[in-house]
Amino acid sequence: MSANEILAGEHFLNGDVACAEGAIAAGCRLFAGYPITPQSEITERMAYRLPKIGGDFLQMEDELASIAAILGAAWGGMKAMTATSGPGFSLMMENIGLGIMTETPCVIVDVQRGGPSTGLPTATSQGDMMQARWGTHGDHEIIAYAPASPQEMFDLTIKAFNQSERFRQPVLIMTDEVVGHMMERVVIDPDKIEIYPRRKPTVPYEQFLPFKGGSDLVPAMACAGEGYRVHVTGLTHDERGYPDLSVDSQHRLITRLLDKIRKNADEIIELEEENVHGADVVLVTYGITARTSLRAMELAQGKGIKVGMLRLISVWPFPTAAVHAIAGEVKGIVVPELNMGQMVREVERAAAGQTRVRLVPHAGGGLHRPEDILAAIEEVAR
Amino acid sequence: MKRVQTKPAPEIVQDAHHPLEHYFRTERLPHIWCPGCGLGTAMSCLAAAFGELNLDVDDVSVVSGIGCSGRLAGYMRPDSYHTTHGRALPFATGLRVALEKIKPGNKVVVFSGDGDLFSIGGNHFIHAARRNIDITVLCVNNFNYGMTGGQIGPTTPLGSRGTTAPYGTFEHPFNLPYLAASSGAPYVARWTTMHVHRLQRAMVEAISRHGFTFVEIIAPCPTNYGRRNGLPTGLDEMRYYRDKAVIKNFADPKDAEIIPGEEFIVGTFVDKEKPDYFEIYDKFVNEHLRS
Repeated sequence: MSANEILAGEHFLNGDVACAEGAIAAGCRLFAGYPITPQSEITERMAYRLPKIGGDFLQMEDELASIAAILGAAWGGMKAMTATSGPGFSLMMENIGLGIMTETPCVIVDVQRGGPSTGLPTATSQGDMMQARWGTHGDHEIIAYAPASPQEMFDLTIKAFNQSERFRQPVLIMTDEVVGHMMERVVIDPDKIEIYPRRKPTVPYEQFLPFKGGSDLVPAMACAGEGYRVHVTGLTHDERGYPDLSVDSQHRLITRLLDKIRKNADEIIELEEENVHGADVVLVTYGITARTSLRAMELAQGKGIKVGMLRLISVWPFPTAAVHAIAGEVKGIVVPELNMGQMVREVERAAAGQTRVRLVPHAGGGLHRPEDILAAIEEVAR
Repeated sequence: MKRVQTKPAPEIVQDAHHPLEHYFRTERLPHIWCPGCGLGTAMSCLAAAFGELNLDVDDVSVVSGIGCSGRLAGYMRPDSYHTTHGRALPFATGLRVALEKIKPGNKVVVFSGDGDLFSIGGNHFIHAARRNIDITVLCVNNFNYGMTGGQIGPTTPLGSRGTTAPYGTFEHPFNLPYLAASSGAPYVARWTTMHVHRLQRAMVEAISRHGFTFVEIIAPCPTNYGRRNGLPTGLDEMRYYRDKAVIKNFADPKDAEIIPGEEFIVGTFVDKEKPDYFEIYDKFVNEHLRS
């Protein structure tokens, strides 16, 4: 990849465009998508940019096809992405499962809007957080990031591609309409961008087991036409990739697929702490809600309350140990979310009864008023 | 009494290899398909077509959806992808477009069943045909969902029985050559698994043409379809094809309806030049960017 294909320099971009540019900087050369608000700027940017740099843009017939196409493109040797919002994200659940089962690297962006169903097409929400975690059927682990600014849309999209190659599974960007549409300064320095290359087999065809994990449980990937004649199936399979529908095979495969994420979770989990040590109250936040919470934190500090914030940059896998440790040291935890209570369940699980966990719900369509978050902080600090 | 001249039985040679063996994952054989099923015949024809085209195993990928036909991908040696139900075509589209950058002119063959391609995957079929993406689609039409036990599907002829139509189907079926042709496919053919040489030739033509090419393969499913519809063995269904299939090339695909007990048309329906996805992409996008 040549550096002049990256949009280097300082720019004033919205989050959706920054996400598209991050994908290009990460080496994404195929985008398949279907129009849906509020992510259309990602799709339009890719349609404009990719042909200019030797990539491919595919407008598919629906989101079922979009995600199927990026899985196919990944096996064709490309880095590929799709982007959608709630209704399309629902349709993608089927092949997120295929991506996990066949260990296919790719990136899926969900610019969240109010739901269920058509809901609020043009207005924000964080209502898909649990769908991201559990939307596809069967046992699985998920990797997901929650950018809070256009700069993070750029940076975390690169990170999502790297993690998808590192762990060979689809990675989700769980953003929202406000971050997607807000315009801010984005600084892009090509020299600082690190790319994790696709892991290729190091042994000849006769010795290659395409679904045998290495020491980190992640297998090397042989793509179409490379001479490894790989069989890839969504059925339970053995290390050769051949269907094996036995109890033992299911146990072995599912355990490895879960463990490759669980045992390497430290490489994925990314948190930002502010004034957490010595705080009486800690806000646990992610995405746009972290930014409304900052104002609430200032207001609370002005009233003499010792309040800190733990921002989840990666939301899945959930940072259970970090939240558990904080819960043992504070009077209470406040969780503002643009939903009626999703990630708060994980916070409660991690806190394990050590402290009070107070949700600040919001049904979506707009952001929290900092005063509402402040009221929750004051209530918990009492 | 008329004497019938028979060929001498072939000599069994130790360690000999079948000339098409390299196209198969022989370690996975025998296959799971029932006695009398047409899928083995269709798979043999496909391997013979690869052989006739002298196709290197690494120059072709096979993509399947879900169902009995979907299992073919797992028996063939090339890179093969057994995807989700109905999604073989969009997966193959992404694969084909990505591969064009690395191995231009590589072949992608989608091999799947009537339920997979035309019920759950029906929307993908018409759009792939409209795009004229360079993919060959081979659809084994056995008129029912065999893997799940004989439910009716989008091609089940009116009045035929299945486990979900115990009194006979009351919905009109798709006429697949007509659907493919009107969606824009530049190559459309239909043969049965009785017409093995013609079927093989159609596969050769479909794979060697540029663009979206489609071959419907009418095949017996004695276990789940024939048994419930007066054709209890594979041989009964083959005799039915012998008696009812009328070879007619370049017939109007509108006339390709299949009505139980009546003659039906087999042959090449469409075979024409039409710019494919990559040619059009080059003409509009690359020319614009070059100027």
